[in-house]
Amino acid sequence: MTITLNHFSAAAVFALLASIVFGITHRETAREMVRYGLYCFAMFLGGVLVAGWAMWLLRR
Amino acid sequence: MPDKTKAAQAEPLSMMAVVAPAVGWLIPGAGHMIQKRWIRGLLLFVSIATLFVLGLAMQGRIYKANGGDILDILGFIGDIGAGGLYIVTVAMDWGQGAIAFATADYGTKFMIVAGLLNFIAVADAYHIAIGKKQ
Repeated sequence: MTITLNHFSAAAVFALLASIVFGITHRETAREMVRYGLYCFAMFLGGVLVAGWAMWLLRR
Repeated sequence: MPDKTKAAQAEPLSMMAVVAPAVGWLIPGAGHMIQKRWIRGLLLFVSIATLFVLGLAMQGRIYKANGGDILDILGFIGDIGAGGLYIVTVAMDWGQGAIAFATADYGTKFMIVAGLLNFIAVADAYHIAIGKKQ
């Protein structure tokens, strides 16, 4: 079985799964874990979008 | 007096502090589950196993111990963190990598990161076992 993900899908899946692990392992309470997980997810995806637009600008 | 202070600092190593990280390395999340952190353990297992299996399904390459190249050795250190997932993959001769697929390189990285995330999960299981974390 072969799964082919495009760059953004791969980055989104990576961000989601890594954020869950970061949230659980880096915070103490359930509430803090959820908040930190969401923060990591936003930072991952935000970083991808910013880097993507930066490369688009550099190409012009 | 200094002896008393030193004795107070040196906590005896409990059985759980040894078993939880070992089990957690072998099966991602199991180190939390044996300490009755069921939901955390399950989420860790699903996240790490999904990342690793997705990497395999994307035709990622698994690194072996005798890679030779320094980057291969670093890749191996990352991969070995996945514990049982890595052992099964090597035993079944999966993860050969396919350069025909453009996404295969993403798959390779997914598996390395799955292993590295499991190292973090193992450290967390240890911290719970020694009472440093709830």
